[in-house]
Amino acid sequence: MDSLLEVDGISVTFDGFKAINDLSFVMGACELRAIIGPNGAGKTTFMDIVTGKTRPDTGNVLWGEKNHSLLKKSESEIARMGIGRKFQRPTVFEDQSVEDNLMMSLRNDRSPLRVLFYRYTQEDRSKVLEIASEIGLSNSVSRLAGELSHGQKQWLEIGMLLAQEPKLLMVDEPAAGMTGDERNKTVRLLKRMASTRAVIVVEHDMEFVRNLECRVTVLHEGSVLAEGSLDHVTNTQEVIDVYLGR
Amino acid sequence: MTAANTSLNSGKVALGGPLTRFLMNNPSTLLFIGLLALFTIVTTLLGEGLGIGVVSTSMVKTLGKTLCFCLVAIAMDLVWGFCGILSLGHFAFFGLGGYMIGMWLMYARTEIIVLKAGKAATMPMTPEEIRSAVGEQIFGVVGGSEFPLIWAFADSLFMQLLFVILVPGLLALVFGWLAFRSRVTGVYLSILTQAMTLALALYLFQNDSGLRGNNGLSGLQNLPGMESTPQALVSIWFLWASAFALGLGYLLVKLLVESKLGNVIRAIRDDESRVRFLGYNVEAYKLFIFVLSAVIAAIAGALYYPQAGIINPAEIAPIASIYLAVWVAIGGRGRLYGAVIGAAFVSLLSSWFTGGQIPDIQLGAYRIQWVNWWLVLLGLSFVATTLYAPQGLGGLFDHLSRKKGNPDG
Repeated sequence: MDSLLEVDGISVTFDGFKAINDLSFVMGACELRAIIGPNGAGKTTFMDIVTGKTRPDTGNVLWGEKNHSLLKKSESEIARMGIGRKFQRPTVFEDQSVEDNLMMSLRNDRSPLRVLFYRYTQEDRSKVLEIASEIGLSNSVSRLAGELSHGQKQWLEIGMLLAQEPKLLMVDEPAAGMTGDERNKTVRLLKRMASTRAVIVVEHDMEFVRNLECRVTVLHEGSVLAEGSLDHVTNTQEVIDVYLGR
Repeated sequence: MTAANTSLNSGKVALGGPLTRFLMNNPSTLLFIGLLALFTIVTTLLGEGLGIGVVSTSMVKTLGKTLCFCLVAIAMDLVWGFCGILSLGHFAFFGLGGYMIGMWLMYARTEIIVLKAGKAATMPMTPEEIRSAVGEQIFGVVGGSEFPLIWAFADSLFMQLLFVILVPGLLALVFGWLAFRSRVTGVYLSILTQAMTLALALYLFQNDSGLRGNNGLSGLQNLPGMESTPQALVSIWFLWASAFALGLGYLLVKLLVESKLGNVIRAIRDDESRVRFLGYNVEAYKLFIFVLSAVIAAIAGALYYPQAGIINPAEIAPIASIYLAVWVAIGGRGRLYGAVIGAAFVSLLSSWFTGGQIPDIQLGAYRIQWVNWWLVLLGLSFVATTLYAPQGLGGLFDHLSRKKGNPDG
């Protein structure tokens, strides 16, 4: 398997607390992966490390075919290299329209002068409309993002990630606060996205993970406890002990 | 889908687009520039310099200075209202701009006086003699006569005009680079900017700072070589220059905030880390806006102090920059006309209250003296604006235009 992301033995300690403990993790180019684990298992810290928000004490994070190390890169550089991140709480720019939110996320030059003299081309317009229809917001492009419902904001944020055209998408609890219907839609959207890129979903909800029908990595106390299909990991004794058996 | 398409076609013009179309899409900008032109023409016609003389020269100067305050308020709105950086040190840039142009004004005028006096002597003066005589005239007040290094180009108008932009721009660049790189944000950044302007003021207060200590630079209202031109006319010229700079500044900043860069800096204001994960180098954007805003403030200062006639370090005391934030808050931040309204309204009101034109009020044994009570009034209105009308005075206009545009809502 060609690896897109290779996390190699990382550890990080916050004030004596080992948030991540010798964690290794490999991800293929077009793979959908769910990461589950109890609170404090290090799921968010793991995402922080990959996206450049937190620096690990030891270990390495390698990216792409050429195995570039991500450790020295800033958040914005990592984002430009093709890692997109969706936060648990929907963070869209509420003061701006759906269209502006998507336009700002399009994969264009991000240097200040280029952005200052940027012109909104017909091509970019149609890209924005295409994404808007994919996330079911075709009729809301000119509405302010702040006026959208919670679920719609989640989709807008996913749409913004699509506009970035990342090679790897890291999604933190996408189903949180969604209704049953919205969850099914989100499952379909995530599966479709994973057909062209790698997607990592961090999720608490077992039913949601089951619907994703993908490989599952179980984290516990900052390292990988088990990996495999959902049925496989839920039948592993250690997983039952620390997570499911609670 | 058609509705979406029309909405996409309207209201989006980037900087490179035709200016006329931009103005058509932003009628408020057109209205602002029209009102500014009307104001300038009316003041000119009523002034003593070229008009019928109903408005006094000192009033023309006050109005011209107010236009400069409006320009620095636009700079403040750009950095605070749009990019979310609450700088409480922008008068450092304003004052530095004034100092840079003041150096040339003072040098050139003193040189003319020295040359005139030298004509009476039998021997023509050598360039060294002229320079040392000018130095004695300028620095005698702080007990010196040598020109400090920073006056090296004071005889060149071109160089000092360049310094109006370069010196404050460089200060903003270095300060901003250090602060933003270390991700200092929010109230900590505000405190740092206060420290910056305080440090600069304290440094300039020293006699050996090279800028005449607490005496500052004076006589700036006299343009070198135009001694015979009455101040009534000079004040009108400066009114025009200030109005032109304000109009241009408004237009340029408006173009900037309506561009995609405007979207990015508003996004930085609302959620900086999210913008980082979108792949934008937030620090570069902040630095760009901070430096641009400092340069606009400096240009405003360079136009202000020749009208004020004097600049001294007290002008860049921390309180001045706080007033600037109060103007913008009362006017309504995040909308440029709000900043202009706030600066004009509050600064004119302030000079009215503190100018002694309002009679004191006798309340039994206590006498309300407006010179002192004005600050209390200003403080209260700032608190009231923050609590009850965060949109400021500009918010009223938004409210009215919304009502007119949409009678149902």
